[in-house]
Amino acid sequence: MDKNSNSYIFIYASVMVIVVAVVLSSVSGALKPLQQKNKKMEKEQNILSSIGINTTPEEAATLYLDNVKKEIVVDTDGNIVSVYADGKFETGDVRAFNINLKKQYAAINGGAKGQLPIFVIEQDGKTFYVFPVLGKGLWGPIWGNVALEGDYNTVYGANYGHEGETPGLGAEIADAPFSDMFKGKQIFDEQGKFVSVAVVKGGVANQSAILPSHGVDAISGSTLTCDGVTEMLKHSLGLYVEYIKKNK
Amino acid sequence: MSVDKQEREPLFSPKNIKLLTNPLNKDNPITTQVLGICSALAVTVKLEPAIVMSLSVMVVLSAGNVIISLLRNSIPSRIRIIVQLVVIAALVILVDQVLKAYAYEVSKQLSVFVGLIITNCIIMGRFEAFAMGNKPWPALLDGIGNGIGYGWILIAVAFFRELFGSGTLFGLTIIPQGFYDFGYVNNGLVILPPMALFAVGAIIWIQRSRDKELIES
Repeated sequence: MDKNSNSYIFIYASVMVIVVAVVLSSVSGALKPLQQKNKKMEKEQNILSSIGINTTPEEAATLYLDNVKKEIVVDTDGNIVSVYADGKFETGDVRAFNINLKKQYAAINGGAKGQLPIFVIEQDGKTFYVFPVLGKGLWGPIWGNVALEGDYNTVYGANYGHEGETPGLGAEIADAPFSDMFKGKQIFDEQGKFVSVAVVKGGVANQSAILPSHGVDAISGSTLTCDGVTEMLKHSLGLYVEYIKKNK
Repeated sequence: MSVDKQEREPLFSPKNIKLLTNPLNKDNPITTQVLGICSALAVTVKLEPAIVMSLSVMVVLSAGNVIISLLRNSIPSRIRIIVQLVVIAALVILVDQVLKAYAYEVSKQLSVFVGLIITNCIIMGRFEAFAMGNKPWPALLDGIGNGIGYGWILIAVAFFRELFGSGTLFGLTIIPQGFYDFGYVNNGLVILPPMALFAVGAIIWIQRSRDKELIES
């Protein structure tokens, strides 16, 4: 058969595409359970590491059960939608762990009240509230977990993750030197107004617009990622303000 | 594979060995052919991603070379570039999926760069220049050779950049605290992409000063 005839080319291309599609979809299907397990373990690991419990992905599941006492779901008006504790629902039927933040944010933008997750962790007699956050970095989504102390104001710890920020620059937000700067910062000012924590380009010490208790130093060379973190904290934590005010 | 039967010359004949060793030095894809520069600039800030990137490129390149070489007599020349791209894209997606399932930490670090292997000109270059006209066994050797040739440059540059840019290797602090106490500071410029270009330039310079054949008249 003439290799340059149109029919040969069409048949060749179609067969190739079908073969590739079958191979890729079967591989993707076969590996999906493993990938989802990795994602779940990573999520548990991240929630725990926001209050300083560092674990391996394998141990995360047991430690998660030991430490996370309650999963609460609230809406933007501050009403409790659902409470899950000790493996069963006290009220409602939504587990905070399974909430897809991206979908909820989209729904809230569309005017809905949303379902926002809070994880309650008790450690050494102290209670911490972990708030998952989600936003946009320079190249793709960034996310994190911010743990507040019992006063719903002071940051006890935080961690961040990203999908595709530049290694060595924006990707550093996922490393401890950056997230450690958030410890002890406050999200409400002295008048009780929500101000969030900002990432300040050029250093907190060199400006006066943002108080040292509400700002951390940005990473050189990653202004857009750092602005993304500021925006993310302001938006995501802002959604919980009503709930926090009711419970403070 | 029935490769061995078709092959009259020994598997590791001098000609075949050259396919493996030439890309390491004289025919290096980065320093001599100046291909794949973009990824060399992007993933060389730290050693670990550079190594995983090199391995991934090597796997995609050698597997792709074999596939293209097996198909070479059936590929219609008018759509050969598209066929090559489909092979690359499929292999890269496979690598990405496997990393996500079995080496999740590493895949998180490499993030977008795994996808960017698709745009690595070395792969397309070898498919078009070598695999389209050679048997699978030499194509496999050529793929491995070029993969290593690409990899060692990446690792050399990453070593230099991580050591002087962050004072670490594989994330472990190497430069002693005493140096910092005496006023030594990590060079922030080394972390930025331009410095990778300087580093690659320096390697090319050294290579050409040692091997005069490479200098264009």
